Amino acid sequence: MSFFSFGQSAEIDVVLNDAETRKKVEHKTEDGKKDKYFLFYDGETVSGKVNVTLKNPGKRLEHYGIKIEFVGQIELYYDRGNHHEFVSLVKDLARPGEITQSQSFDFEFTHVEKPYESYTGQNVKLRYFLRATVVRRLNDITKEMDIVVHTLSTYPELNSSIKMEVGIEDCLHIEFEYNKSKYHLKDVIVGKIYFLLVRIKIKHMEIDIIKRETTGTGPSVYHENDTIAKYEIMDGAPVRGESIPIRLFLAGYDLTPTMRDINKKFSVRYYLNLVLIDEEERRYFKQQEITLWRKGDVVRKSMSHQAAIASQRFEGILNGVRLPSRVFKGESS
Amino acid sequence: MADAIADTRRLFTKPQNLNDAYGPPSNFLEIDVSNPETVGVGRGRFTTYEIRLKTNLPIFKLKESSVRRRYSDFEWLRAELERESKVVVPPLPGKALFRQLPFRGDDGIFDDSFIEERRQGLEQFLNKVAGHPLAQNERCLHMFLQDESVDKNYTPSKIRQA
Repeated sequence: MSFFSFGQSAEIDVVLNDAETRKKVEHKTEDGKKDKYFLFYDGETVSGKVNVTLKNPGKRLEHYGIKIEFVGQIELYYDRGNHHEFVSLVKDLARPGEITQSQSFDFEFTHVEKPYESYTGQNVKLRYFLRATVVRRLNDITKEMDIVVHTLSTYPELNSSIKMEVGIEDCLHIEFEYNKSKYHLKDVIVGKIYFLLVRIKIKHMEIDIIKRETTGTGPSVYHENDTIAKYEIMDGAPVRGESIPIRLFLAGYDLTPTMRDINKKFSVRYYLNLVLIDEEERRYFKQQEITLWRKGDVVRKSMSHQAAIASQRFEGILNGVRLPSRVFKGESS
Repeated sequence: MADAIADTRRLFTKPQNLNDAYGPPSNFLEIDVSNPETVGVGRGRFTTYEIRLKTNLPIFKLKESSVRRRYSDFEWLRAELERESKVVVPPLPGKALFRQLPFRGDDGIFDDSFIEERRQGLEQFLNKVAGHPLAQNERCLHMFLQDESVDKNYTPSKIRQA
Protein backbone atom coordinates (compact mmCIF):
# COMPACT_ATOMS: atom_id res chain seq x y z
CA MET A 1 0.00 0.00 0.00
CA SER A 2 1.35 3.42 -0.86
CA PHE A 3 1.26 6.40 1.39
CA PHE A 4 0.64 9.85 -0.02
CA SER A 5 1.20 13.28 1.48
CA PHE A 6 0.68 16.41 -0.49
CA GLY A 7 -0.27 16.42 -4.07
CA GLN A 8 -2.64 13.47 -4.09
CA SER A 9 -5.47 14.68 -6.20
CA ALA A 10 -7.47 11.50 -6.37
CA GLU A 11 -8.36 8.45 -4.33
CA ILE A 12 -8.54 4.98 -5.79
CA ASP A 13 -10.66 2.19 -4.39
CA VAL A 14 -11.32 -1.45 -5.29
CA VAL A 15 -14.73 -2.99 -4.59
CA LEU A 16 -15.73 -6.55 -5.39
CA ASN A 17 -19.04 -7.23 -7.10
CA ASP A 18 -19.97 -9.95 -4.61
CA ALA A 19 -18.71 -8.12 -1.50
CA GLU A 20 -22.10 -8.63 0.17
CA THR A 21 -22.29 -12.38 -0.30
CA ARG A 22 -18.68 -13.51 -0.35
CA LYS A 23 -17.36 -15.11 2.82
CA LYS A 24 -14.55 -13.49 4.80
CA VAL A 25 -11.99 -15.40 6.80
CA GLU A 26 -9.42 -14.50 9.42
CA HIS A 27 -5.80 -14.61 8.38
CA LYS A 28 -2.68 -13.81 10.34
CA THR A 29 -0.66 -10.76 9.25
CA GLU A 30 3.11 -10.61 9.41
CA ASP A 31 3.09 -8.91 12.80
CA GLY A 32 0.86 -11.57 14.29
CA LYS A 33 -2.47 -9.77 14.22
CA LYS A 34 -5.54 -11.36 12.68
CA ASP A 35 -7.51 -9.56 9.99
CA LYS A 36 -10.49 -10.52 7.86
CA TYR A 37 -10.19 -10.93 4.10
CA PHE A 38 -12.43 -12.11 1.27
CA LEU A 39 -12.06 -15.84 0.64
CA PHE A 40 -11.51 -17.21 -2.84
CA TYR A 41 -10.98 -20.67 -4.25
CA ASP A 42 -9.04 -21.86 -7.25
CA GLY A 43 -10.88 -21.21 -10.52
CA GLU A 44 -13.23 -18.57 -9.17
CA THR A 45 -13.70 -15.34 -11.10
CA VAL A 46 -12.53 -12.13 -9.45
CA SER A 47 -14.66 -9.19 -10.59
CA GLY A 48 -15.49 -5.76 -9.33
CA LYS A 49 -15.06 -2.06 -9.82
CA VAL A 50 -12.21 0.37 -9.50
CA ASN A 51 -13.51 3.72 -8.25
CA VAL A 52 -11.39 6.78 -8.96
CA THR A 53 -12.59 9.72 -6.85
CA LEU A 54 -11.28 13.20 -7.57
CA LYS A 55 -10.45 15.27 -4.50
CA ASN A 56 -11.18 18.53 -6.24
CA PRO A 57 -14.04 17.88 -8.68
CA GLY A 58 -13.13 20.90 -10.77
CA LYS A 59 -9.46 19.94 -11.29
CA ARG A 60 -8.50 17.56 -14.07
CA LEU A 61 -6.40 14.49 -13.37
CA GLU A 62 -3.90 13.69 -16.09
CA HIS A 63 -2.61 10.15 -16.25
CA TYR A 64 -0.64 7.71 -18.39
CA GLY A 65 -3.12 4.87 -17.99
CA ILE A 66 -5.27 3.12 -15.38
CA LYS A 67 -4.94 -0.62 -14.83
CA ILE A 68 -5.76 -3.36 -12.38
CA GLU A 69 -3.58 -6.39 -11.65
CA PHE A 70 -4.25 -9.69 -9.97
CA VAL A 71 -1.03 -10.93 -8.38
CA GLY A 72 -0.06 -14.08 -6.53
CA GLN A 73 3.42 -13.87 -5.05
CA ILE A 74 5.85 -15.49 -2.66
CA GLU A 75 7.99 -13.25 -0.47
CA LEU A 76 10.97 -14.60 1.48
CA TYR A 77 11.65 -12.37 4.47
CA TYR A 78 15.40 -12.63 4.13
CA ASP A 79 15.20 -11.59 0.49
CA ARG A 80 12.56 -8.88 0.49
CA GLY A 81 13.60 -7.25 -2.72
CA ASN A 82 12.75 -10.27 -4.85
CA HIS A 83 9.09 -11.14 -5.07
CA HIS A 84 8.41 -14.39 -6.86
CA GLU A 85 5.20 -13.91 -8.81
CA PHE A 86 3.51 -17.13 -9.82
CA VAL A 87 0.27 -15.48 -10.97
CA SER A 88 0.28 -12.13 -12.73
CA LEU A 89 -2.74 -10.88 -14.66
CA VAL A 90 -3.42 -7.35 -15.78
CA LYS A 91 -6.40 -5.53 -17.24
CA ASP A 92 -6.11 -2.06 -18.72
CA LEU A 93 -9.02 0.09 -17.62
CA ALA A 94 -8.25 3.37 -19.32
CA ARG A 95 -5.78 4.55 -21.96
CA PRO A 96 -3.52 7.54 -21.20
CA GLY A 97 -5.63 10.68 -20.97
CA GLU A 98 -7.37 12.72 -18.31
CA ILE A 99 -10.24 12.35 -15.92
CA THR A 100 -12.51 15.29 -15.33
CA GLN A 101 -14.91 13.72 -12.85
CA SER A 102 -14.95 10.75 -10.48
CA GLN A 103 -15.30 7.51 -12.42
CA SER A 104 -15.85 3.83 -11.95
CA PHE A 105 -14.24 1.08 -14.07
CA ASP A 106 -15.49 -2.48 -14.22
CA PHE A 107 -13.04 -5.36 -14.29
CA GLU A 108 -13.23 -9.12 -14.42
CA PHE A 109 -10.53 -11.74 -14.12
CA THR A 110 -12.31 -14.84 -15.32
CA HIS A 111 -11.70 -18.26 -13.77
CA VAL A 112 -8.38 -17.24 -12.21
CA GLU A 113 -6.00 -20.03 -11.38
CA LYS A 114 -4.98 -19.84 -7.74
CA PRO A 115 -2.80 -22.91 -7.30
CA TYR A 116 -1.54 -22.37 -3.75
CA GLU A 117 -3.03 -21.48 -0.39
CA SER A 118 -2.35 -18.09 1.20
CA TYR A 119 0.26 -18.45 3.91
CA THR A 120 1.91 -16.09 6.37
CA GLY A 121 4.78 -17.78 8.16
CA GLN A 122 7.95 -17.15 10.13
CA ASN A 123 10.22 -16.62 7.15
CA VAL A 124 7.99 -16.59 4.12
CA LYS A 125 4.68 -15.19 2.97
CA LEU A 126 2.48 -16.21 0.08
CA ARG A 127 -0.25 -13.74 -0.77
CA TYR A 128 -2.75 -12.84 -3.44
CA PHE A 129 -3.92 -9.27 -4.04
CA LEU A 130 -5.56 -6.90 -6.46
CA ARG A 131 -3.59 -3.78 -7.28
CA ALA A 132 -5.22 -0.82 -9.02
CA THR A 133 -2.86 1.80 -10.44
CA VAL A 134 -3.28 5.25 -11.94
CA VAL A 135 0.01 5.76 -13.75
CA ARG A 136 1.32 9.30 -13.57
CA ARG A 137 4.47 11.17 -14.48
CA LEU A 138 6.04 11.49 -11.06
CA ASN A 139 4.27 9.14 -8.70
CA ASP A 140 1.54 6.59 -9.35
CA ILE A 141 -1.57 6.34 -7.27
CA THR A 142 -2.02 2.70 -6.24
CA LYS A 143 -4.27 0.68 -4.00
CA GLU A 144 -3.83 -2.92 -3.00
CA MET A 145 -6.50 -5.25 -1.72
CA ASP A 146 -5.39 -8.55 -0.22
CA ILE A 147 -7.52 -11.63 -0.58
CA VAL A 148 -7.11 -15.03 0.99
CA VAL A 149 -7.11 -18.27 -1.00
CA HIS A 150 -7.82 -21.68 0.49
CA THR A 151 -6.96 -24.88 -1.37
CA LEU A 152 -9.47 -27.66 -0.86
CA SER A 153 -9.01 -31.40 -1.15
CA THR A 154 -11.34 -34.37 -1.08
CA TYR A 155 -11.02 -37.40 1.11
CA PRO A 156 -7.82 -39.24 0.15
CA GLU A 157 -8.29 -42.59 -1.54
CA LEU A 158 -5.58 -44.20 0.50
CA ASN A 159 -5.29 -43.27 4.15
CA SER A 160 -3.40 -45.98 5.93
CA SER A 161 -2.90 -45.94 9.68
CA ILE A 162 0.52 -45.40 11.19
CA LYS A 163 1.60 -48.32 13.35
CA MET A 164 5.11 -48.89 14.59
CA GLU A 165 7.12 -50.62 17.29
CA VAL A 166 10.00 -48.57 18.65
CA GLY A 167 12.21 -48.55 21.66
CA ILE A 168 15.57 -48.83 23.40
CA GLU A 169 16.82 -52.37 23.68
CA ASP A 170 16.09 -53.92 27.06
CA CYS A 171 14.82 -50.63 28.50
CA LEU A 172 11.66 -49.51 26.75
CA HIS A 173 9.54 -50.98 23.99
CA ILE A 174 6.32 -49.40 22.85
CA GLU A 175 3.96 -49.83 19.94
CA PHE A 176 2.20 -46.68 18.83
CA GLU A 177 -0.67 -46.39 16.42
CA TYR A 178 -2.43 -43.42 14.86
CA ASN A 179 -5.66 -44.19 12.98
CA LYS A 180 -4.71 -42.25 9.83
CA SER A 181 -1.72 -40.70 8.10
CA LYS A 182 -3.72 -37.87 6.50
CA TYR A 183 -5.95 -35.69 8.64
CA HIS A 184 -8.16 -32.77 7.67
CA LEU A 185 -7.97 -29.58 9.69
CA LYS A 186 -11.05 -30.34 11.79
CA ASP A 187 -10.25 -34.00 12.24
CA VAL A 188 -9.50 -36.02 15.36
CA ILE A 189 -6.32 -37.99 15.88
CA VAL A 190 -7.37 -41.30 17.40
CA GLY A 191 -4.59 -43.60 18.48
CA LYS A 192 -3.02 -45.65 21.21
CA ILE A 193 0.29 -46.36 22.86
CA TYR A 194 0.88 -49.96 23.95
CA PHE A 195 3.69 -50.69 26.40
CA LEU A 196 5.60 -53.92 25.69
CA LEU A 197 8.54 -53.39 28.04
CA VAL A 198 9.01 -50.73 30.71
CA ARG A 199 12.31 -50.83 32.59
CA ILE A 200 12.57 -47.07 33.08
CA LYS A 201 10.61 -44.89 35.50
CA ILE A 202 8.22 -42.90 33.35
CA LYS A 203 6.64 -39.82 34.87
CA HIS A 204 4.30 -38.75 32.06
CA MET A 205 3.76 -38.84 28.31
CA GLU A 206 2.60 -36.19 25.87
CA ILE A 207 1.95 -35.66 22.19
CA ASP A 208 3.20 -32.50 20.49
CA ILE A 209 2.18 -31.11 17.11
CA ILE A 210 5.22 -29.59 15.44
CA LYS A 211 5.10 -27.35 12.38
CA ARG A 212 8.25 -27.17 10.29
CA GLU A 213 8.58 -24.36 7.79
CA THR A 214 11.39 -24.95 5.30
CA THR A 215 12.70 -22.12 3.12
CA GLY A 216 15.58 -21.95 0.70
CA THR A 217 17.10 -24.54 -1.61
CA GLY A 218 20.29 -26.54 -1.91
CA PRO A 219 22.97 -25.68 0.64
CA SER A 220 21.04 -22.81 2.20
CA VAL A 221 17.99 -24.70 3.41
CA TYR A 222 16.54 -23.34 6.64
CA HIS A 223 14.08 -25.13 8.91
CA GLU A 224 11.97 -23.25 11.41
CA ASN A 225 10.31 -25.55 13.97
CA ASP A 226 7.35 -24.42 15.98
CA THR A 227 5.53 -26.49 18.60
CA ILE A 228 1.88 -25.75 17.90
CA ALA A 229 0.45 -27.94 20.63
CA LYS A 230 1.47 -29.97 23.66
CA TYR A 231 -1.12 -32.43 24.86
CA GLU A 232 -0.55 -34.68 27.87
CA ILE A 233 -1.95 -38.16 27.27
CA MET A 234 -0.67 -39.97 30.35
CA ASP A 235 0.27 -39.00 33.88
CA GLY A 236 2.02 -41.65 35.95
CA ALA A 237 4.07 -44.80 35.46
CA PRO A 238 2.75 -47.43 33.04
CA VAL A 239 3.60 -51.14 33.19
CA ARG A 240 3.78 -53.84 30.55
CA GLY A 241 0.48 -54.50 28.79
CA GLU A 242 -0.90 -51.02 29.47
CA SER A 243 -2.68 -49.31 26.59
CA ILE A 244 -2.99 -45.52 26.63
CA PRO A 245 -5.64 -44.00 24.32
CA ILE A 246 -5.08 -40.85 22.26
CA ARG A 247 -7.86 -38.51 21.22
CA LEU A 248 -6.57 -35.18 19.94
CA PHE A 249 -8.99 -32.72 18.33
CA LEU A 250 -7.22 -30.66 15.67
CA ALA A 251 -9.89 -27.95 15.32
CA GLY A 252 -8.60 -26.20 18.42
CA TYR A 253 -5.21 -25.42 16.96
CA ASP A 254 -3.88 -22.90 14.46
CA LEU A 255 -3.03 -25.26 11.58
CA THR A 256 -2.63 -24.97 7.81
CA PRO A 257 -2.68 -27.74 5.22
CA THR A 258 0.62 -29.49 4.50
CA MET A 259 2.42 -27.58 1.74
CA ARG A 260 5.12 -29.41 -0.19
CA ASP A 261 7.71 -27.50 -2.17
CA ILE A 262 5.42 -24.61 -3.10
CA ASN A 263 6.69 -23.14 -6.34
CA LYS A 264 10.04 -24.68 -5.30
CA LYS A 265 10.35 -21.97 -2.67
CA PHE A 266 9.09 -23.32 0.65
CA SER A 267 7.37 -26.18 2.45
CA VAL A 268 5.21 -26.41 5.54
CA ARG A 269 5.05 -29.85 7.11
CA TYR A 270 3.53 -31.21 10.29
CA TYR A 271 4.80 -33.83 12.67
CA LEU A 272 3.39 -35.64 15.65
CA ASN A 273 6.01 -35.97 18.37
CA LEU A 274 5.38 -38.61 20.99
CA VAL A 275 7.39 -37.71 24.11
CA LEU A 276 7.92 -39.80 27.24
CA ILE A 277 9.51 -38.12 30.24
CA ASP A 278 11.08 -40.12 33.06
CA GLU A 279 11.64 -39.31 36.73
CA GLU A 280 14.98 -37.64 35.98
CA GLU A 281 13.47 -35.38 33.27
CA ARG A 282 15.04 -37.44 30.49
CA ARG A 283 13.01 -37.27 27.29
CA TYR A 284 12.39 -40.18 24.92
CA PHE A 285 10.71 -39.21 21.70
CA LYS A 286 9.51 -40.45 18.32
CA GLN A 287 8.54 -38.05 15.56
CA GLN A 288 6.17 -38.97 12.79
CA GLU A 289 5.05 -36.85 9.86
CA ILE A 290 1.34 -36.48 9.15
CA THR A 291 -0.33 -34.87 6.16
CA LEU A 292 -2.90 -32.16 6.87
CA TRP A 293 -5.48 -31.18 4.27
CA ARG A 294 -8.36 -28.74 4.06
CA LYS A 295 -11.83 -30.16 3.66
CA GLY A 296 -14.44 -28.13 1.77
CA ASP A 297 -17.50 -27.09 3.74
CA VAL A 298 -20.77 -28.87 3.08
CA VAL A 299 -22.01 -27.56 -0.27
CA ARG A 300 -25.04 -25.43 0.50
CA LYS A 301 -27.52 -24.24 -2.08
CA SER A 302 -26.47 -20.64 -1.54
CA MET A 303 -22.85 -21.39 -2.39
CA SER A 304 -21.79 -20.13 -5.76
CA HIS A 305 -21.60 -22.65 -8.56
CA GLN A 306 -17.95 -21.91 -9.10
CA ALA A 307 -17.02 -22.52 -5.51
CA ALA A 308 -18.92 -25.80 -5.63
CA ILE A 309 -16.77 -26.93 -8.56
CA ALA A 310 -13.63 -25.81 -6.74
CA SER A 311 -14.44 -27.78 -3.60
CA GLN A 312 -14.90 -30.96 -5.59
CA ARG A 313 -11.67 -30.59 -7.45
CA PHE A 314 -9.33 -33.34 -6.38
CA GLU A 315 -5.86 -32.23 -5.46
CA GLY A 316 -3.58 -35.23 -5.66
CA ILE A 317 -2.20 -35.88 -2.23
CA LEU A 318 0.97 -37.89 -2.06
CA ASN A 319 0.29 -41.23 -0.44
CA GLY A 320 1.89 -41.73 2.96
CA VAL A 321 5.24 -43.45 2.76
CA ARG A 322 5.61 -46.37 5.12
CA LEU A 323 8.51 -45.77 7.45
CA PRO A 324 10.63 -48.62 8.77
CA SER A 325 10.82 -49.30 12.46
CA ARG A 326 13.27 -46.95 14.05
CA VAL A 327 15.03 -47.01 17.40
CA PHE A 328 14.28 -44.24 19.82
CA LYS A 329 16.86 -41.65 20.56
CA GLY A 330 17.25 -41.53 24.33
CA GLU A 331 18.33 -38.15 25.59
CA SER A 332 19.35 -36.99 29.01
CA SER A 333 18.51 -33.52 30.19
CA MET B 1 -19.32 -36.20 1.91
CA ALA B 2 -19.51 -34.63 5.36
CA ASP B 3 -19.26 -36.31 8.77
CA ALA B 4 -21.47 -34.57 11.26
CA ILE B 5 -19.86 -36.18 14.33
CA ALA B 6 -16.24 -37.29 14.31
CA ASP B 7 -15.57 -40.94 14.96
CA THR B 8 -13.53 -40.84 18.14
CA ARG B 9 -13.92 -44.41 19.31
CA ARG B 10 -10.79 -45.88 20.85
CA LEU B 11 -8.72 -48.25 18.79
CA PHE B 12 -8.94 -51.91 19.64
CA THR B 13 -6.63 -52.91 22.51
CA LYS B 14 -6.04 -56.32 23.90
CA PRO B 15 -6.85 -56.73 27.59
CA GLN B 16 -3.93 -56.50 30.00
CA ASN B 17 -2.68 -59.57 31.79
CA LEU B 18 -3.56 -59.14 35.48
CA ASN B 19 -0.10 -60.32 36.49
CA ASP B 20 1.39 -57.51 34.50
CA ALA B 21 -1.08 -55.01 35.90
CA TYR B 22 -0.64 -55.89 39.58
CA GLY B 23 2.73 -57.60 39.73
CA PRO B 24 5.94 -55.85 40.73
CA PRO B 25 6.97 -53.30 38.09
CA SER B 26 10.02 -54.16 35.98
CA ASN B 27 11.63 -50.76 36.56
CA PHE B 28 12.49 -51.19 40.25
CA LEU B 29 15.82 -49.49 41.04
CA GLU B 30 16.66 -47.96 44.40
CA ILE B 31 20.03 -46.50 45.33
CA ASP B 32 20.82 -45.13 48.78
CA VAL B 33 23.98 -43.32 49.80
CA SER B 34 24.30 -43.44 53.58
CA ASN B 35 26.46 -44.20 56.65
CA PRO B 36 29.38 -41.84 56.11
CA GLU B 37 32.46 -43.00 57.99
CA THR B 38 35.72 -41.14 58.35
CA VAL B 39 38.71 -43.49 58.31
CA GLY B 40 42.42 -42.92 58.94
CA VAL B 41 44.26 -40.36 61.06
CA GLY B 42 45.65 -36.88 60.68
CA ARG B 43 46.12 -35.61 57.19
CA GLY B 44 45.45 -39.04 55.62
CA ARG B 45 41.85 -39.06 56.71
CA PHE B 46 39.01 -39.49 54.24
CA THR B 47 35.30 -40.20 54.35
CA THR B 48 33.61 -43.22 52.76
CA TYR B 49 29.91 -43.64 52.04
CA GLU B 50 27.87 -46.82 51.84
CA ILE B 51 26.11 -47.31 48.49
CA ARG B 52 23.19 -49.73 48.76
CA LEU B 53 21.44 -50.86 45.60
CA LYS B 54 18.24 -52.83 45.21
CA THR B 55 16.85 -53.63 41.76
CA ASN B 56 15.05 -56.07 39.50
CA LEU B 57 16.57 -54.75 36.27
CA PRO B 58 18.27 -57.63 34.45
CA ILE B 59 21.21 -55.49 33.43
CA PHE B 60 22.51 -55.46 37.02
CA LYS B 61 24.29 -58.68 37.92
CA LEU B 62 23.37 -58.49 41.60
CA LYS B 63 19.81 -57.75 42.63
CA GLU B 64 21.11 -56.37 45.93
CA SER B 65 24.54 -54.96 46.63
CA SER B 66 26.38 -52.84 49.16
CA VAL B 67 29.76 -51.19 48.65
CA ARG B 68 31.76 -48.33 50.19
CA ARG B 69 33.11 -45.51 48.05
CA ARG B 70 34.87 -42.21 48.65
CA TYR B 71 34.44 -38.86 46.84
CA SER B 72 37.41 -39.39 44.50
CA ASP B 73 35.78 -42.66 43.33
CA PHE B 74 32.73 -40.63 42.33
CA GLU B 75 34.95 -38.20 40.44
CA TRP B 76 36.54 -41.14 38.63
CA LEU B 77 33.12 -42.50 37.67
CA ARG B 78 31.97 -39.16 36.37
CA ALA B 79 35.08 -38.75 34.22
CA GLU B 80 34.75 -42.27 32.82
CA LEU B 81 31.10 -41.78 31.89
CA GLU B 82 31.80 -38.45 30.24
CA ARG B 83 34.51 -39.98 28.12
CA GLU B 84 32.98 -43.36 27.31
CA SER B 85 29.28 -42.69 26.92
CA LYS B 86 27.32 -40.08 25.02
CA VAL B 87 25.45 -39.16 28.18
CA VAL B 88 25.40 -35.60 29.46
CA VAL B 89 26.60 -36.44 32.96
CA PRO B 90 25.07 -34.42 35.80
CA PRO B 91 27.44 -32.52 38.11
CA LEU B 92 28.77 -33.81 41.41
CA PRO B 93 28.43 -31.86 44.64
CA GLY B 94 31.34 -29.45 45.03
CA LYS B 95 34.96 -30.41 45.73
CA ALA B 96 35.15 -27.86 48.55
CA LEU B 97 38.86 -27.13 48.28
CA PHE B 98 38.47 -24.11 50.51
CA ARG B 99 37.35 -26.40 53.31
CA GLN B 100 40.71 -28.19 53.11
CA LEU B 101 42.65 -24.99 53.96
CA PRO B 102 44.06 -24.75 57.50
CA PHE B 103 42.90 -22.48 60.31
CA ARG B 104 39.20 -23.10 59.93
CA GLY B 105 36.76 -22.64 62.76
CA ASP B 106 34.95 -25.91 61.97
CA ASP B 107 36.01 -29.45 61.03
CA GLY B 108 36.56 -28.57 57.35
CA ILE B 109 35.69 -31.46 55.10
CA PHE B 110 34.90 -33.66 58.11
CA ASP B 111 32.24 -31.30 59.34
CA ASP B 112 28.94 -33.14 59.92
CA SER B 113 26.72 -30.72 58.03
CA PHE B 114 29.13 -30.66 55.09
CA ILE B 115 29.24 -34.45 54.95
CA GLU B 116 25.44 -34.59 55.04
CA GLU B 117 25.19 -32.05 52.20
CA ARG B 118 27.67 -34.02 50.17
CA ARG B 119 25.89 -37.29 50.89
CA GLN B 120 22.65 -35.88 49.53
CA GLY B 121 24.36 -34.59 46.40
CA LEU B 122 26.06 -37.95 45.80
CA GLU B 123 22.76 -39.78 46.20
CA GLN B 124 21.07 -37.49 43.68
CA PHE B 125 23.96 -37.91 41.29
CA LEU B 126 23.86 -41.71 41.43
CA ASN B 127 20.11 -41.95 41.02
CA LYS B 128 20.23 -39.69 37.97
CA VAL B 129 23.05 -41.63 36.39
CA ALA B 130 22.13 -45.23 37.23
CA GLY B 131 18.67 -44.89 35.70
CA HIS B 132 20.03 -43.69 32.34
CA PRO B 133 19.65 -46.41 29.69
CA LEU B 134 22.93 -45.44 28.01
CA ALA B 135 24.90 -45.16 31.23
CA GLN B 136 23.66 -48.64 32.23
CA ASN B 137 25.63 -50.04 29.29
CA GLU B 138 28.94 -48.86 30.73
CA ARG B 139 31.22 -51.32 32.56
CA CYS B 140 32.52 -48.52 34.80
CA LEU B 141 29.08 -47.88 36.29
CA HIS B 142 28.56 -51.55 37.21
CA MET B 143 32.02 -51.81 38.65
CA PHE B 144 31.42 -48.71 40.74
CA LEU B 145 28.04 -49.83 42.04
CA GLN B 146 28.52 -53.55 42.60
CA ASP B 147 32.21 -54.63 42.57
CA GLU B 148 34.10 -54.90 45.84
CA SER B 149 36.54 -52.21 44.80
CA VAL B 150 37.12 -49.86 41.88
CA ASP B 151 39.94 -50.95 39.61
CA LYS B 152 41.09 -47.74 37.95
CA ASN B 153 43.19 -49.74 35.48
CA TYR B 154 40.20 -51.54 34.05
CA THR B 155 39.49 -51.80 30.35
CA PRO B 156 36.52 -49.61 29.46
CA SER B 157 33.80 -51.62 27.74
CA LYS B 158 30.07 -51.84 27.13
CA ILE B 159 27.83 -54.37 28.82
CA ARG B 160 26.02 -56.60 26.38
CA GLN B 161 23.00 -58.66 27.34
CA ALA B 162 22.92 -62.21 26.07
